[in-house]
Amino acid sequence: MSAILVVRDLEKTFGLLVAAHDINVAVPPLQTVGIIGANGAGKTTFVNMITGHLRPSKGAIFFDGRDITGRPSREITRLGIARSFQVPQVFASLTVFENMCIATAVAHAAGGLLAQALTPLHSPDTVAEAEAALELFRIASYRQALAATLPQGVRKLLDIAMAVAGAPRVLLLDEPTSGISIEEKFGLMDVVMAALKNGRITVLFVEHDMDIVERYADRVLAFYDGAIIADGPPIATLENPRIQELISGPKLNVAVLGSRHA
Amino acid sequence: MTLRSLVLGTLVFLLVAAMAPTLPVWLVSLATIALANALVVLGLIILWRAGLVPFGQALFYAVGAYSVALITRYTSLRDVLVLIAAGAVLSCFTAFLAGFLLARYREIFFAMLSLAMSMILYGVLVKTETLGSTDGFGVEPPTYIGYAPQGRMHLLMLFWLVLAFCAVAALLVSLYFRSVAGALAVPVRDSEIRLEFLGISVNRLIHLNLVIAGTLAGIGGALAALSIEHVDPNMSYWTTSGGFVFVMVLAGAGSVAAAFVGSFVFELLKSIAYDILPGTWQMFLGAALLLTILFLPEGIGSLFARLRRRRQRQSMSATP
Repeated sequence: MSAILVVRDLEKTFGLLVAAHDINVAVPPLQTVGIIGANGAGKTTFVNMITGHLRPSKGAIFFDGRDITGRPSREITRLGIARSFQVPQVFASLTVFENMCIATAVAHAAGGLLAQALTPLHSPDTVAEAEAALELFRIASYRQALAATLPQGVRKLLDIAMAVAGAPRVLLLDEPTSGISIEEKFGLMDVVMAALKNGRITVLFVEHDMDIVERYADRVLAFYDGAIIADGPPIATLENPRIQELISGPKLNVAVLGSRHA
Repeated sequence: MTLRSLVLGTLVFLLVAAMAPTLPVWLVSLATIALANALVVLGLIILWRAGLVPFGQALFYAVGAYSVALITRYTSLRDVLVLIAAGAVLSCFTAFLAGFLLARYREIFFAMLSLAMSMILYGVLVKTETLGSTDGFGVEPPTYIGYAPQGRMHLLMLFWLVLAFCAVAALLVSLYFRSVAGALAVPVRDSEIRLEFLGISVNRLIHLNLVIAGTLAGIGGALAALSIEHVDPNMSYWTTSGGFVFVMVLAGAGSVAAAFVGSFVFELLKSIAYDILPGTWQMFLGAALLLTILFLPEGIGSLFARLRRRRQRQSMSATP
């Protein structure tokens, strides 16, 4: 089976600090991968290297058989790898609708900047598609609100909706539920996952909440000290006491975790 | 652009063009130079929307002006469109080159680098004997497809020409603001990261905006040289750039029309101030800028926006 994303011997150092090392992963198409690990374990560094935000110090990244190591993020995006951010990167002084229109229009205006200078922003296709995306992510009721004034959950959804506008084949979500209350987390992830199902997208998401990982991931990558220490199906990986201790500290109660899904 | 603003713009253009022969000479000259400068301000508004304020836009203004002046000095070419085209092309090329460096900087670094570049040109102009040194040199009057107007007609022809350039520029810039690339200016200020992750090169986008703004400034400079019939190194001096920024603040980034109104108000204020307080006219202008920032922080353009909102509210309450 051919993997859509292959990472080989990836390493990132900042001076003497080794942020990530010896990372080897192959992700088959349409898999949903949860990435776990304590703060500073290298999760975001991993995401940043794949999306071109950071240049790896060593190793290679292949997308669909093509070497994309060290390419600028805008090229990687155009190839079909999109991402959302832990701190949502939306255009704060524009409305939700305008944010979505820009993301949609940019995704469609191929042919470079000069073509984009000659294409009107609010073409009927763009507007229709932007409206549809807002519906899909259940944020259409915030259409006219300025992005700066949105509740955190809505802003997260807008950030993800904008990332998906270009119909990516791989989507990386950096802590999609951080900064969101416990009660809202599952609702948000339900909306996101339902929206992504239609797009046939391979998803990698960084997450601290183990319940979320267990519910939505097909596979878990556990990071510790810059390396992947476990890679496998969620329940087996999350119940491993060593992983639990390294990822979330020894206090987690295995019995509670197991019984909830019994 | 809405149909209403297009119709309104055309009407204002025709009205001003028709009124020109009845206006006093001083007002036509003032309006000519004000409109030429408004083209520079229009370019500044394009950059300001992306959060960039160049303090050296006079660089491109002077390139446009000196191109026209040098051609009339050293060649027999006099056709007005050829002269302006030369100014536009040379300033466009200058902006294209300068853009490779400028587009990599933001905020105060961008402002200062732009200022530095304009001061290099100033230094060259002041020191170069063949370019007229500090005194500059005269510009020969142009011809209009072979027609060489005299006296009052010369003034009017130039005014109509400047007006036509302004109308075309206003139309094109309005269309640009509604294009995908034009709509990305505000996002540059909000989140460059998101733009890069949508697949946009922010530096290249800023480079494009610099080239558009530089070309507009060059055309403005070419028209100003024809209007003043003289060029000198002060056209590239930082106070000239500062004047454009002044008008930009006065006009605000909200509307294309505001650039023209703002520039006209500025020239008018300057003449009035010079008339009443010949020694301290800068104080008068300073006070005007202070009042603008205090009471109209988004410039004259925000008055138009306010009117538009009021009209929308009225039409909304009229149709329940």
